[in-house]
Amino acid sequence: MTAHDARLVGAYELPYRHAPDKSLAQMQAEAALGAVADAGLSLKDVDGFFCGGDTPGMGPMSLIEYLNITPRYVDSTETGGNSYVSHVARAARAIDAGLCDVALITLAGKPRTPAKGSRPMTDSNKPDQDFELTYHPTVPANYALAAQRHMYEYGTTSEQLAWIKVAASHHAQHNPHALLKDVVTVEDVVNSPMVASPLHRFDCCVITDGGGALILAKSEIAKRLNRPSVKILGTGEAVKHQGAGDIDLTWTAGKWAAEKAWKMSGCTPDQIQYASIYDSFTITVLLEIEDLGFCKPGHGGGFVAEGNLISGKGKLPFNTDGGGLCSNHPGNRGGMTKVIEAVRQLRGEAHPAVQVPDCALALAHGTGGSLGTRHGASTLILARED
Amino acid sequence: MAEDHKMTYADPWMLPETKGFWEALNDGKLVIRTCNDCGRGHHFPRAMCPHCYSSNLEWKESDGTGTIYSFTAQQVKGGGKYVYAYVEIADRVRAITNIVDCDPDALQIGQKVKAAFRPSASGQNILVFTPA
Repeated sequence: MTAHDARLVGAYELPYRHAPDKSLAQMQAEAALGAVADAGLSLKDVDGFFCGGDTPGMGPMSLIEYLNITPRYVDSTETGGNSYVSHVARAARAIDAGLCDVALITLAGKPRTPAKGSRPMTDSNKPDQDFELTYHPTVPANYALAAQRHMYEYGTTSEQLAWIKVAASHHAQHNPHALLKDVVTVEDVVNSPMVASPLHRFDCCVITDGGGALILAKSEIAKRLNRPSVKILGTGEAVKHQGAGDIDLTWTAGKWAAEKAWKMSGCTPDQIQYASIYDSFTITVLLEIEDLGFCKPGHGGGFVAEGNLISGKGKLPFNTDGGGLCSNHPGNRGGMTKVIEAVRQLRGEAHPAVQVPDCALALAHGTGGSLGTRHGASTLILARED
Repeated sequence: MAEDHKMTYADPWMLPETKGFWEALNDGKLVIRTCNDCGRGHHFPRAMCPHCYSSNLEWKESDGTGTIYSFTAQQVKGGGKYVYAYVEIADRVRAITNIVDCDPDALQIGQKVKAAFRPSASGQNILVFTPA
């Protein structure tokens, strides 16, 4: 495979983090309108629509009805919070195949103000139901299992994990929309209340109402637009699960996703100038950094320590918007904002305090679902249009 | 300090293919779904071997011991905590469970544990583990 013809031409993040007075469809529509405006297009130009499980109604249908658009191609692939990273890959393939010319990807969620009435929490047809939900799992607990095992096998410490949050907070102080703008220290993180050992409150991402949207278009259209567009050099997607009991918690599906993306792009980790790395929890980032090949398995703790992820200071500037750990994790799904900040960096439109100088090559990576059980991963290698 | 959050267990749905597992628990036994063709065990139990897809399976009785593969002490709102864990119940068969009657701060990965049983709301035995 070679780089895609399709370009990322529009990106928009809803500025708010709390939306008690908005409907979910309304938020999705605001995100969509923001992204088409950013691209210099109209919703009427959209002929491909991509969404995840956050979208209200059945698959993509209710939202395209709400928007009153009639795309000729739709895809509602759902693997959790990384879905939107996958949607970029899928939209690029659909555009390259001629299935659509302008693709819209949306995300919105409002976990801080839940809707009245919701889906049932249990499903008697879910095959793992009795063997999993019986034991009162929580989202942090299912990531804590991975952290505990990594510490056992490699000697990773809570202080090393804390550096990931510290780096995110250094970036978030410059983002006026970030939910948490205060710079924190390693001590602040390890002294924050324990949630699910060894993960503290500051090892966990924020919970926010919000969303965002992306627009891809074929290069011929992208050339006519006034905004800088972004090339998609490589993509990779993968899913990993318990393997009928043979689970290994020390690595993620990101290893498989990244292998495909590196191969397709012909790039190597040392060339990446900026990385958006999914940060549902600090441990998520640590495992992904290893799986993406930025360091060897087991060496993530040493890699992230001493500010190595801080823009302008470290070797691998990450999540310069403050990420899910400090800025935004809309709808408990961080994939969309990962792509948006990578686009900002490649356009030179990140906050000047965190903008990577002359940023030409970036990575966006997502992990959705649960590291403790089953999860999806997606990797994008993105480049500035020359 | 023992885990201080009193666990309660909902009645399992008990799909037809897992009936043998639940019946064994009510007899005080842990059984592992094991393939008579390829010899491998698996969990959660299925109607076909997820390794070789044979339906020639048996409920193989375990001695009820296992080792902790990973665990976390989950804090509960309002105070208290409980342990959520993976226990290796057979070679490369790791099961999600709770570890009860333990000091969560003293647990270790690799530690030996043994099966214990806790009633669900209507009295079905639920599999948990305690330090051996």
